[in-house]
Amino acid sequence: MEFGNSGFLNEDGIHLDMDRLKKGEVNLGTSIMAVTFKDGVILGADSRTTTGAYIANRVTDKLTQVHDTIWCCRSGSAADTQAVADIVKYQLELFHMMNGKPPTTQTAAAIFQEICYANKDMLSAGLIIAGWDERHGGQVYSIPLGGSLHKQPYAIGGSGSTYIYGYCDANWREGMEEEDAVNFVKGALREAIKWDGSSGGVIRMVVLTAKGADRHLYLPDTDYKVRHA
Amino acid sequence: MPGFDFSNYNRNAALHARGMPLPKATSTGTTIVGCLYDGGVVIAADTRATSGPIVADKNCEKLHYISSNIWCAGAGTAADTEFTTALVSSQLELHSLSTGRKPRVVTCMTLLKQHLFRHQGYIGAYLVVAGVDPTGTHLFTVHAHGSTDKLPYVTMGSGSLAAMSVFETQWKPQLTRDEAVKLCADAIEAGIWNDLGSGSNVDVAVITAEKTTLLRNYLRPNERSQKLGRYVFPKGTTAVLNEKIIRKEDLSKFVTVHDLPTETGDDKMEIDA
Repeated sequence: MEFGNSGFLNEDGIHLDMDRLKKGEVNLGTSIMAVTFKDGVILGADSRTTTGAYIANRVTDKLTQVHDTIWCCRSGSAADTQAVADIVKYQLELFHMMNGKPPTTQTAAAIFQEICYANKDMLSAGLIIAGWDERHGGQVYSIPLGGSLHKQPYAIGGSGSTYIYGYCDANWREGMEEEDAVNFVKGALREAIKWDGSSGGVIRMVVLTAKGADRHLYLPDTDYKVRHA
Repeated sequence: MPGFDFSNYNRNAALHARGMPLPKATSTGTTIVGCLYDGGVVIAADTRATSGPIVADKNCEKLHYISSNIWCAGAGTAADTEFTTALVSSQLELHSLSTGRKPRVVTCMTLLKQHLFRHQGYIGAYLVVAGVDPTGTHLFTVHAHGSTDKLPYVTMGSGSLAAMSVFETQWKPQLTRDEAVKLCADAIEAGIWNDLGSGSNVDVAVITAEKTTLLRNYLRPNERSQKLGRYVFPKGTTAVLNEKIIRKEDLSKFVTVHDLPTETGDDKMEIDA
């Protein structure tokens, strides 16, 4: 019998299985990213969720709202990232009510980190938190598997991100116009989808500025060129 | 010795090390589907329950009541779908009584996902949640590990691939009630014919703002028919090579015969002292 050395009980309830993703778990084998630009920040993601080789959802929404203008990109286990996002969403709403002012992106990222680090042995969640607030404008924070927190001008994540490190490094510029930033995100995700088998479907984007949140949708039917809805 | 007794655990570990498999739970190797339409939502399921390679029940019910306006289709471990839906149904009823409002589908979905997430996939319940509430018509899937999806049409279980192929080729926006019922029934039938874990009949539930209609055995494409031939062996099929008759009076030569006293009214066993 095959069993890893991680610490989880195997399905027989006796042997230990160390695979991070449990058998039959829904996986977000993903391409996600978030990018700061002149007026704010843009989040982008593909829409594929898989269970093994089967696509469980081809139009998934991996961009999740946790406050008015604070959103996150989810990668890893669907169950884990949804549970974490639900808890943070509740915490931020409570924070807003008790302080009478909306939380900053940094606050949201810190709450995410707290949960991801404290439960690091039980979670497989790779998150990118992006938000716009009055004080700091658009910001991007990345929380990879171990639960560390990194403030970055832009962040990429998920299995598809490995294919676009070069693309992003070559094409990203500080303080882009919104249109250029949208095209940068779209161009990067198109490459990630093209090369990564676990990524695919539509491209979803959320643009966060002083004006609030604006959703973009690009379909493969129109070669990701036309903006739908 | 006080405290817990781990001898059974040690026994199980020893037996397992010698190659004894753990007992199998009855699973609903299943096809379940759901589909939104203009004015309501339809869910459907096959009716086969399996235990390993054995068909444990040819006509089981996989559509579970949550509340009058919310129903669930269950795949995975039969006992887990049964008890999880019953638990959430009970919680929603109490919540509804306490708030004086009709239960919402998102509430049901959230209770299910939080319960399943807490148990880290060990509760093997894979559910399609559907219903109509004051906020609209909703359709969700909930996986055993606690992840959820919201889609206009969904399939789950071992027959989900066959069923999804029907949805992906036939589904269109703005279906009528009858079209949605036909589409769901066709998807389940694809599972019944093409998936070994699914079989027998099609159950359908139609939920609208006004009422819920449960169509038990909406299709019965596997009716047991009259046998075409007679499969009783006629007398004389087996040749008699020799014959030996033992008479009643000679019986004691072969077996020991005792006479036992019959129970009288006096010495009856006391049942209810």
